[in-house]
Amino acid sequence: MKISTTVTLKKDVLDPQGKVVSQTLKNMGYKNIISVRQGKYFEIEINEEDKNKVKIIIEEICKKLLANTIIEDYKINLK
Amino acid sequence: MISSVIVFPGSNCDRDVAVALKKFKIKNQMVWHNETSLPKSDLVVLPGGFSYGDYLRTGSIASKSRIIADVKAHAKKGGLILGICNGFQILIETGLLPGVLLRNKKLRFLSKNVFLKVINFNNKFCSNYKNKSIIKLPIAHNEGNYFANNEILKKLEDDNLIAFKYCDEKGKIDENSNPNGSSKNIAGILNFKKNILGMMPHPERLIDPVLSGEDGSMLFNSLNKIK
Repeated sequence: MKISTTVTLKKDVLDPQGKVVSQTLKNMGYKNIISVRQGKYFEIEINEEDKNKVKIIIEEICKKLLANTIIEDYKINLK
Repeated sequence: MISSVIVFPGSNCDRDVAVALKKFKIKNQMVWHNETSLPKSDLVVLPGGFSYGDYLRTGSIASKSRIIADVKAHAKKGGLILGICNGFQILIETGLLPGVLLRNKKLRFLSKNVFLKVINFNNKFCSNYKNKSIIKLPIAHNEGNYFANNEILKKLEDDNLIAFKYCDEKGKIDENSNPNGSSKNIAGILNFKKNILGMMPHPERLIDPVLSGEDGSMLFNSLNKIK
């Protein structure tokens, strides 16, 4: 099964990279940009077809390695 | 005093710190990250560098190394651990120290000398700074912006667990003397039992008056006084 997860900085955590991207877009003429938050995207292939089992495993992976839950949120996208 | 410097792929201050330990009569051994057991040591040093190329998050991959289980056990027994720069980032990812180290506020890699105020002398790492509380050490990092929630920050202050704060030449701690945006100008912290110190500045780079200075020597001299 193929799953993807996105990891982004929590709302309250300053994202200087996102801020620079947002400012650059405004400088490029995209005046209607309000804000940009930058994150990470993972595509994971797993040898397991049971959706519930997969969800549990990916949840665990996100907590243990992919995200630092002090500053980051993760979202699991099951297809 | 016997020390072990853990070497990860991408460590680059491992030999510098080994030279410093040797200079201050601490018997040191280098330990590869993939070893399963830690040789007998009083002190474990996690050196600076760019372990695993800083992939994913700084220190995150190194914190899952095989040797880390034994390093955690060493910590639990009250053994000393010193994490410098990337070593501090690894301690944070391992969960041995609280908070996180974010990218520097201005997104620049910083490599320069900074002034530090020694906040806590009552630990085995900093006892020698009692008579010199404002010191100068180099920093060289991209992710040194210490961040923690208010509850953790309050606990660090209440329990006197902040070891070093960034300051200016006169010891003034404010936004102007904060190089990377760290909460409360924090440059180094201790765990509750004060046997673990994580710090962004590099004491091992200031151990020779001919080459640089001696403000780093005092830290290694504090350690060498113990046994």
